[in-house]
Amino acid sequence: MKISAIITLKKDVLDPQGKVIHQALDGMGFKDVNEIRQGKYFEIDVKENDPKKAKELVEDMCKKLLANLVIENYKIIGTQ
Amino acid sequence: MKSSVITFPGSNCDRDMDVALNKFGFKNKMVWHADTELPKSDLVVLPGGFSYGDYLRCGSMASKSKIMKSVINFANSGGMVMGICNGFQILVETGLVPGVLLRNKYLEFICKNVFVKINNKNNTYFKNINNNILELHVAHNEGNYFCTNDQLKEIEDNDQIAINYCNKDGQIEDQFNPNGSIKNIAGIFNKEKNILGMMPHPERMIDKSLSSEDGSIFFKNLINNIK
Repeated sequence: MKISAIITLKKDVLDPQGKVIHQALDGMGFKDVNEIRQGKYFEIDVKENDPKKAKELVEDMCKKLLANLVIENYKIIGTQ
Repeated sequence: MKSSVITFPGSNCDRDMDVALNKFGFKNKMVWHADTELPKSDLVVLPGGFSYGDYLRCGSMASKSKIMKSVINFANSGGMVMGICNGFQILVETGLVPGVLLRNKYLEFICKNVFVKINNKNNTYFKNINNNILELHVAHNEGNYFCTNDQLKEIEDNDQIAINYCNKDGQIEDQFNPNGSIKNIAGIFNKEKNILGMMPHPERMIDKSLSSEDGSIFFKNLINNIK
């Protein structure tokens, strides 16, 4: 079963890369952007077929390795 | 005095650290990341570099490598563990010291000499050191120290800030902060002060013909304190 997870910086953590991307877009003429925050996306194919258990497994991975909870939040965004 | 330097895939300051430790009287052993047992040591050093290619987050993969279980046990039983640069990033990822190291504020890789002021000498690393300010080298892309407000309060309450970026006169101000670190923090201890993580490289400042010798001052003092 495939599980997707996204990791994003917490809102009070400075994201200089997001800021630079915002500036670049602004320079290209995209003037309607309020803010950009860059994150990470993972597709994880697990052996577990039970959606609830698979989600719990990936949550555990997020807590222990994929995200650093001091600065990042994780969100499981889909199972298939 | 015995020391161990851990080599991870991508470490590149491990040999420099070996040279520095041996020069000042340590009997140093190099330890491979896939080993499980730590040799008997008075000091364990996690060196600088780009362990595991900085994949995921700097230091995150190394913090889960086999040898780190022994290093964590050693640290938790009071053993001295020092992480320099990438080693500092590994330490924060293990949770042995609080906080994280973010990308430098101005998105530049910084490679230059900086001055740091020693904030706390009441520990084995800096006890009896005559200098208050050291000139050391930094070379990093992710050295922007960050922690939550609660963590910062705890760090300050327990006097865990080891060194701050400053100018040659010891003034700790924004303009002397190379990477955006909270409170100009360049290095911190754990609560018990047996673990030190810092971005500057003392091992690069041990030879008059190559650089200044403020690293020599640090290492000479360190081995005297451990003896």
